[in-house]
Amino acid sequence: MTARLLRLRGLIRKEGLQILRDPSSIAIAFILPAMLLMLFGYGVSLDARNVALGLVVEQKSAAAASLTAQFRHSPYFAPQDFASAAAVQQALSRGRIEGFIWLQGDFARQLSAGHDPQIGLFVDGVNANNARLIENYVQQSWADWAAQQGAKTAIAVQPRIWFNPAVSSRDYLVPGLIAVIMTLTGALLTAMVIAREWERGTMEALMVTRVSMDEILVSKIIPYFLLGMGGMVVAVLIAVGLFGVPLLGSLLVLGLAASLFMLASLGMGLLISTVAKNQFVAGQIAIITTFLPAFILSGFIFDISSMPVPIQWLTHIVAARYFVAILQTLFLAGTVWSVLVPNLFALLMMAVFFLGAARLAARKRLD
Amino acid sequence: MVVAAMPAPNEPEPDSAKPLVIAGITRHFHIGKRLVTALDKVSASTAPGLVTGLIGPDGAGKTTLMRLIAGLLRADAGSIHVFGTDVRAAPLVVQGMISYMPQRFGLYEDLTVGENLDLYADLQGVATAARAARYAELLHMTGLADFTARLAGRLSGGMKQKLGLACTLIRPPRLLLLDEPTVGVDPVSRRELWQIVDHLVRKAGMSVLLSTAYLDEAERCDEVLLLHEGQLIGSGQPGDFTQAMAGRSFQVRAPGRSKRALQAALAPLAGVTDAVIQGEAVRLVLDAHTLPATISPPGFDDLRITPAAPRFEDRFVDLLRGKTGATAAVMPVAAEIIAPVAAEAVIEAVHLVKQFGAFTAVDDISFSVRRGEIFGLLGANGAGKSTTFRMLCGLLPATSGHLRVDGYDLRHATATARGRLGYMAQKFSLYGDLSVMQNLRFFAAAYGLSRQRRAERIGWALREFELAPLADATSRDLPLGFKQRMALACALMHEPDVLFLDEPTSGVDPLARREFWQRINALAERGVTVLVTTHFMDEAEYCDRLVIMAQGRILAAGTSEALKQAARTASQPEPSMEDAFIALIMADSAKTTGQAA
Repeated sequence: MTARLLRLRGLIRKEGLQILRDPSSIAIAFILPAMLLMLFGYGVSLDARNVALGLVVEQKSAAAASLTAQFRHSPYFAPQDFASAAAVQQALSRGRIEGFIWLQGDFARQLSAGHDPQIGLFVDGVNANNARLIENYVQQSWADWAAQQGAKTAIAVQPRIWFNPAVSSRDYLVPGLIAVIMTLTGALLTAMVIAREWERGTMEALMVTRVSMDEILVSKIIPYFLLGMGGMVVAVLIAVGLFGVPLLGSLLVLGLAASLFMLASLGMGLLISTVAKNQFVAGQIAIITTFLPAFILSGFIFDISSMPVPIQWLTHIVAARYFVAILQTLFLAGTVWSVLVPNLFALLMMAVFFLGAARLAARKRLD
Repeated sequence: MVVAAMPAPNEPEPDSAKPLVIAGITRHFHIGKRLVTALDKVSASTAPGLVTGLIGPDGAGKTTLMRLIAGLLRADAGSIHVFGTDVRAAPLVVQGMISYMPQRFGLYEDLTVGENLDLYADLQGVATAARAARYAELLHMTGLADFTARLAGRLSGGMKQKLGLACTLIRPPRLLLLDEPTVGVDPVSRRELWQIVDHLVRKAGMSVLLSTAYLDEAERCDEVLLLHEGQLIGSGQPGDFTQAMAGRSFQVRAPGRSKRALQAALAPLAGVTDAVIQGEAVRLVLDAHTLPATISPPGFDDLRITPAAPRFEDRFVDLLRGKTGATAAVMPVAAEIIAPVAAEAVIEAVHLVKQFGAFTAVDDISFSVRRGEIFGLLGANGAGKSTTFRMLCGLLPATSGHLRVDGYDLRHATATARGRLGYMAQKFSLYGDLSVMQNLRFFAAAYGLSRQRRAERIGWALREFELAPLADATSRDLPLGFKQRMALACALMHEPDVLFLDEPTSGVDPLARREFWQRINALAERGVTVLVTTHFMDEAEYCDRLVIMAQGRILAAGTSEALKQAARTASQPEPSMEDAFIALIMADSAKTTGQAA
């Protein structure tokens, strides 16, 4: 074995032992991703389910019963009956229900007379997002019901939703979350472990041996690349296995994209570590420059096209943005090359840029 | 690269036989807005197969020079050649010839002893076949053979230091750089480390550059480079340094008089280079033109002056005095008010025990300190000094036993009782971002002094400690000696009756240390009771009485003179404090193993 390979082996083995012995790196690589996935998968949802919806039926009729049944059987609504308009208004203003439907006394007569029947929908507008969702759901249910009745009522808009037919925000969030999670292992963990070497004085000892800076960098990249990809596999398994998110695209492309993103993240982590020589500062910089942008500016939660234009420009320097686009495409739409190729290219550029910058910034000196 | 490798016309020819040729090295650093000169045109060279000591107090530039030699820093001017190779031009070549142990050893604490060795063997390209024999040799030499499977983080300080040394020696280097290898290490491990270094030089013919702030270690080196504030103020064989002082060192006693009064009277006399308290006597160093017979401090008729063997430190002080022009009397000491040492005990600890779970940090210790006495707690790291200290300050409850400070148990005492106590922490707990004046104001306010009193005391501190010219300077940027003065000024702001000092002068240069102890002596003369904890043998000499602690127990108590007497043997007629300490530790561990067997 050449001296160079021997040194590299020693460094990588050391890194591996440290990962195995240090519970915090295992936690960041595996437990934190699992926790974030659980939190977002189960807790946070952009869908409205079991909406507390008030029902006021002024005059009972077969038509009214069949319409309310439509709501009662929907998974989106948890309807409650109210005797009068006054009672339901009070419930809404007290926040006990999120909206109500008002079937006026002449509902059945209007319907049988062949007029377009009117129903009243009142929604609590405090949470605008929720209000819009409820409005859409009610309209959808109403249109469905009307179609079933075969009435010659005006046919409501028939929305068609592509790529996420279940319109489940979980299917949409979980792939994006994988990008955020990989940023954690890539940039945060790497920046922290190098800062730890500075703090404990081991970096100084390493630098005086015949080890070259390239060897030190490679010995950090390889173990944390593997660790990050391990975290990625766990996240994908949880996404597909536990949450039932479809994975329509090619696994090979997913692996390629994840590798490129991981390299870009590692490059950022290494770059941060050339500036930050203690773990606290390294952690702060990594969170502000990589984790938060991945969360906010990647399009994972907040739609990029609805951001102000200057902020949209800013998103172009966030590597997670490209990876989120790739992940959402691969999971929900399949291997759509026209979307994948530009994003993969952008990731490649970012990986080259950050790794190159980290190499240039790394000096085998203390000044 | 070719250009850089060519020696400039006025540089010395690279000499491939000499481990080190340093020519006109200058290095600056920016600390805040201040430009600090860490090394100022230092030139020196070392001979092969010797231990060269790089000696100087903290902040002298030792670590900077080590890092420059190791190629970790670049010089602003000058050149360094290691066995004829320019460090700047070919750092990797130089790094192939040297091994360097930084101050914090560079061990991976979450790797075992064996794994640390494996790592450095891989890094240094030691062939797999050669490893077993090399490991065995190193483990035997460092006494770590039984601990190969133990995590490095679980080793004691001395063992870590030895493992660090083993790792740097995994491939025998031509030049070994050791940056303060003995700092914070107990005296027994310190002695073992020195034996290893001696062995390496004698048997393997290695050249060693070792830096230290302990002046007593200079005498163990073959040659020394003396650094002070970035300048080389002397170089040569340590024997020559001490020899230059021959006939100039004396022990002075004045029967029936206080040693502190004697010291204070001797220090300002013309012709006196140095006067320090050593045990019950005063150690006096005269300049080259003064005879001992001419020494007559006013008010002292009966002086007993006997010649003493010169020490390395005498020469260092002599050189510094010549450089700075300072005299032995650093400040006017108000020594006229000599309060008789009262018999009353101010600090009392009776059967004090402190347990943390199953671990006994302090194991049944008792001592008492009288008013106006300087009392020392001497022991290695982990001996239980800090725990004892914290219990006395009332920061930690005792598991059992009694303690009283100035009549109060501080654990339950009021703020007024605590106000009688002054405390100066090891690393001078000052607010680095505040100016000198702001720190003084803060501490005056924190002790609850009245407005008028505050103004008085701040004025006193600025005058007494000569801090007025620096009042607006940011504390962080002050030189170490001034930081120490300021820390003492803050601790004395409220005129405490009892003063606690935690390793007050370790690493401080000898002149600043003398100045500091002169102030402490003056305080003690005025009846302030002083308790000092230290692992630094030199500081023990300043104490009236001291206890030696190890593993939570008191091994011995008495005056430093009595403790040294007890260690006197035929082979060691003049034992130092460190010899006495080691003898006690050895005797104790022999006893405990005897009991266990």
